[in-house]
Amino acid sequence: MSEFDDLFRENILEHYKHPRNRGTLEDPDYTYEDSNPLCGDRLRMDFRVRDGVIVETRFVGHGCSISQAAASMLSEKLEGMRLEDARRIGRGDVLDMLGIELGPVRLKCALLALKTMKAGLYGINQWPDEAEQPRP
Amino acid sequence: MFREPRERPLIYLDSAATSQKPDAVLDAMDRHYRRCNANIHRGIYAIAEEATAAYEDARRRVARFVGAASPAEVVFTRNATEAINLVAHAWARANLAAGDAVVLTEMEHHANLVPWQLLAADRGVQLRFVPVTDDGELNLDAYRCLLADGRAKLVGVAHISNVLGTVNPVAEIARIARDAGARVLVDASQSVPHLPVDVRALDADFVAFTGHKMLGPTAIGALWAKRELLDAMPPFLGGGEMIREVKLTGSKWNDVPWKFEAGTMPIAEAVGLGAAVDWLECVGMDAVWAHDQEIVAHAYKRIAEVPDVRILGPGPARRGALVAFTLGDIHAHDVATVLDAHGIAVRAGHHCAMPVHERFGVAATVRASFHCYTTHDEIEALVHGLSRAREVFV
Repeated sequence: MSEFDDLFRENILEHYKHPRNRGTLEDPDYTYEDSNPLCGDRLRMDFRVRDGVIVETRFVGHGCSISQAAASMLSEKLEGMRLEDARRIGRGDVLDMLGIELGPVRLKCALLALKTMKAGLYGINQWPDEAEQPRP
Repeated sequence: MFREPRERPLIYLDSAATSQKPDAVLDAMDRHYRRCNANIHRGIYAIAEEATAAYEDARRRVARFVGAASPAEVVFTRNATEAINLVAHAWARANLAAGDAVVLTEMEHHANLVPWQLLAADRGVQLRFVPVTDDGELNLDAYRCLLADGRAKLVGVAHISNVLGTVNPVAEIARIARDAGARVLVDASQSVPHLPVDVRALDADFVAFTGHKMLGPTAIGALWAKRELLDAMPPFLGGGEMIREVKLTGSKWNDVPWKFEAGTMPIAEAVGLGAAVDWLECVGMDAVWAHDQEIVAHAYKRIAEVPDVRILGPGPARRGALVAFTLGDIHAHDVATVLDAHGIAVRAGHHCAMPVHERFGVAATVRASFHCYTTHDEIEALVHGLSRAREVFV
C-alpha cells in the first residue's frame, strides 16, 4: 500500500483535521518543545501527573498530517496511563496507532510526538528506538 | 525520455535537484567504460591515451560552453559545492585575514553559505548578507552599503536562486564589487543548465556549476576561474596528478588546471558531461531558455490560480525554471505525498536553503522545477494534483 492510500486512512485524516487534546495546560508538571528541522515540524507537549498517573496531556504545534495526527493519537493513549507504563511506549506502538508503514523521512514525522513525550517526562532526548532505525 | 517500464507514467518536476539524462550521455559513458577504460595522464598504451584525450576533450567542450578563454581555466570538481570549497580553501585562506569580509546573499544555497561560515570561524572573517526584498530580488542599495567600508574581499552570489527563481543581475553585482575592490564568485548551478552563460560577460572571478543539473552525470562539476588567479592559488587537495615532482619532504605543483585535480578524477563522468554539453549545444541554449521561460510562465500562472497558493519569489516575466510555493496550511510533505500518488515528483522541504525560507516566514515549500523536456501537459497534471491535495486535506 502506498503512503497515499495510508493518508486516506480515516483515522489519520480525522485526527489531523480534528485533533484531540490540542492546546496548552496552565502550570503543567512537565512540558517540552521539540522540532524536526528537516521538515519544519514543531511540537510542544504539556503533561499533568497525579500519583504517578498521567491525567492530562495537551499539545500544540504545526507540521505535516502524520506528525500532528501522531501527537493527537498519543495524547489520547497517554491519559490515565501510569508513568512507568508510558515509558515503555515504543516506535512500534506509534506505527500501530497510525496503522501505516513509512519511509525513513516520514518516520521522523511519525515519531516526533513520542520523542517529545519521552524528553518531557523522562529526559530521554533521542529519536525513539534509534538503534532499530535503518542507517542512511 | 522515460522509456524504462514503470508501474505508472512518471512526471518528473524536480530538475532543479537533478536533471534527467539523455541517451547520448548514458551511451558516451557506457562506450567509455567498454572501449577505453584506463587511468588518464599516466599510461603509455593506446587506450590510456584515448581516455586522456576524451577527458581533456570534455574539458575543452565545457570551457567553450561557458565562454572560458582557455580550457586551463576549467577545473573539474565533484560538483558546485566542491568548486566553492576549493575557492574557500585555496584562494580565500591565502588572501583573506581577520577583519576582512565576505558578502553573500540571503537567498544562497547552503553550498554557498557553509564553506564561508567555516572560513569565518577559522580566520575571523566577517560574513555580511545582502537582504532580499519581498519580491524576491536582491536589495542592491543595501548591497552597495555592505561594500562601502572597503573590507569586503569577496562577493558570493547565486546566478539563479534555487528557491525563488530570481535571476540576479550578476554582471551589475560584479561591476559594483570590482569598484569596491572585491572578487566575485557566482554559483551558477541553476543557470548554466538553462541559459547561455558567458563567464567573461559576467565579469566574475570564479564561477561554480555542476554537471548533474545540466543533463550530465553526478559527481562531476567545474570551477571556472581566471587563469592568473588559478596560477597564483596554492593547491586544494594534495595527491597524485596535482604534482610535477615529489620528494619525501616537498613537492612542486603541476600546471593549472591539473594542480587542482588530485587523485584519479571521475573520468567517465567528465566524458558524460562533455556529451551533455554537446546535446545542449545541439538544441541550443537560446532555445532551452526560451522553452524554460515559456514553461515557467505557464506553470506560474496555473499554480497561482489554485486557491490558497502562495508563490515565493518574483513574477513570471523573468524567472528561472522553477516555482516554489505553499498551499494554505497543508504541509509541503503532505502535498508531495499526494502528488507522488499521481506519479508526480516534486521537491518538498527547504531545498538546502533554510535562510531564505526563514526570510519569507515558511518552514518548507513545495518546489516544481523544469527543464527542456518538461511539457505543458505535465504542468496541467501538477495543477490537477494540487486540487486533489486540497480535497484531501482542506
